[in-house]
Amino acid sequence: MDKINRAALELREMDDLAARQSPVHSLHPLAKLVTTIAYILVTVSFGKYDLSGLLTMALYPIILFSVSGISMRTCFYKLRYVLPLVCAVGLFNPFFDKAPILYIGKLGASGGVISMITLMLKGVLCLQASFLLAATTQMDALCAALRKIRVPGMLVTMLLLTYRYISVMVDEVSVMTTAYKLRAPGQKGIHISAWGSFLGQLLLRSMDRADELYVSMQLRGFAGEFQYADVKRAEVRDWLFAILLPAAFILLRYCNVAELLGQLLSRGTGAI
Amino acid sequence: MICFENVSIAYEKGSPVLSGLSFTIENAEAVGLIGANGSGKTTLMRVLLGLMPYEGTVTVDGLPVRKENLREIRKKIGLVLQNSDSQMFMPTVYEDIMFAPLNYGMSREEAEKRTDDVLEKLGLTELKHRHNHKISGGEKRMAAIATVLAMDPEAMIMDEPTSALDPYNRRVVINTIRSLPNTKLIASHDLDMILDTCDRVILLGGGGIAADGPAEKVLQDRELLETNRLELPLRYQ
Repeated sequence: MDKINRAALELREMDDLAARQSPVHSLHPLAKLVTTIAYILVTVSFGKYDLSGLLTMALYPIILFSVSGISMRTCFYKLRYVLPLVCAVGLFNPFFDKAPILYIGKLGASGGVISMITLMLKGVLCLQASFLLAATTQMDALCAALRKIRVPGMLVTMLLLTYRYISVMVDEVSVMTTAYKLRAPGQKGIHISAWGSFLGQLLLRSMDRADELYVSMQLRGFAGEFQYADVKRAEVRDWLFAILLPAAFILLRYCNVAELLGQLLSRGTGAI
Repeated sequence: MICFENVSIAYEKGSPVLSGLSFTIENAEAVGLIGANGSGKTTLMRVLLGLMPYEGTVTVDGLPVRKENLREIRKKIGLVLQNSDSQMFMPTVYEDIMFAPLNYGMSREEAEKRTDDVLEKLGLTELKHRHNHKISGGEKRMAAIATVLAMDPEAMIMDEPTSALDPYNRRVVINTIRSLPNTKLIASHDLDMILDTCDRVILLGGGGIAADGPAEKVLQDRELLETNRLELPLRYQ
């Protein structure tokens, strides 16, 4: 299978993941959206040296991965192109901030190293939370939730259509690449001389397909605003999820549980 | 129900694809629209739904096909596209079928009931929660018909409804079309299917209507069909 077909398959796999059944999947999309936003806001608000506090925030994705039945491996695999970029963000910190601020035994760690790890961890955790939201919520339900929190209709419709049209475009690329390969045996990729016409054709074909899709939507009453089919009422557990978890995140932000545990353990050890 | 009076359609000014079109389709009539590639079948259907400009008069239930009437007209006429992948753009069959009823202001409960009724009518209940990209070509075509039926249209327009289907699925689609009481306008090159589903045929050729009459009569006229780059249906060969 070539890269394009794999990309198309991966896009559809996200729909499959979101269609699974689990306690996390069955939560109201708005509850998940609000909790994810709160999680991201709290996570990025940690100080640059507050690594121990940040580590406790990893509990949320770990628990959600376990309850939703989605493996963390799938998440890292799907995010394989973005993760290196996120990790690269703090790569130069160790060169600028060299003063040691932490000693493990005789080994000192500079502020730069700690802030680099903190930045990387923040990025990874935020990506994981976003992935969990996307992998446990259908795109339409997610868009309906976005509308509920008053995100402008035009933006939400654009998001939904972009998501749909990406797969249309990937399908077109796949068909064209196959047709090219069959008539260019032994050639690796598409020859540079064909790039111009290939991209031009791709644009025209995608526009035709997009036009056909739009016609189909128009003829079925679409007037610029999506009417979302699968919107259910929020239940008590959805409210609890949306209130208790953000509250817990705030608690973790201002009360360093890792430090408290450490103090408790060292006191216990001292007593013995 | 559908009336064309001296209609001309052109992609570029001065060179009409079709001209002088005049015909009427009565309620509950099933009409086949045939013609060679490029004869204007799809163009004619697009005009009827207000997707293309035209000259002359086109009315649906007395309503002129004009911008201000399009919402009403499109509620009355459902189009089944040739490419089901373009018709089915939501993640699941259920959501796709719900799309039109919700857009036309139906409550969620009513739309759900309508969806269930349509799925049951077409024998597609087990497809309800299936993903569109995971169903077969035949199932997709039937689901595409269901998406249009959910609008409860007075008339249905179908563009090549049996293309790229295996014999079994083709027969399923034909039987489904036959069972629908709606007014039907079916464009196709599958002349045997047209014979099975339509009482009347409009043959497009030479930039206008080359023939308009009972399906059995038009489709047995070898000379007429061959002049218009068509062949007799298999059962008459």
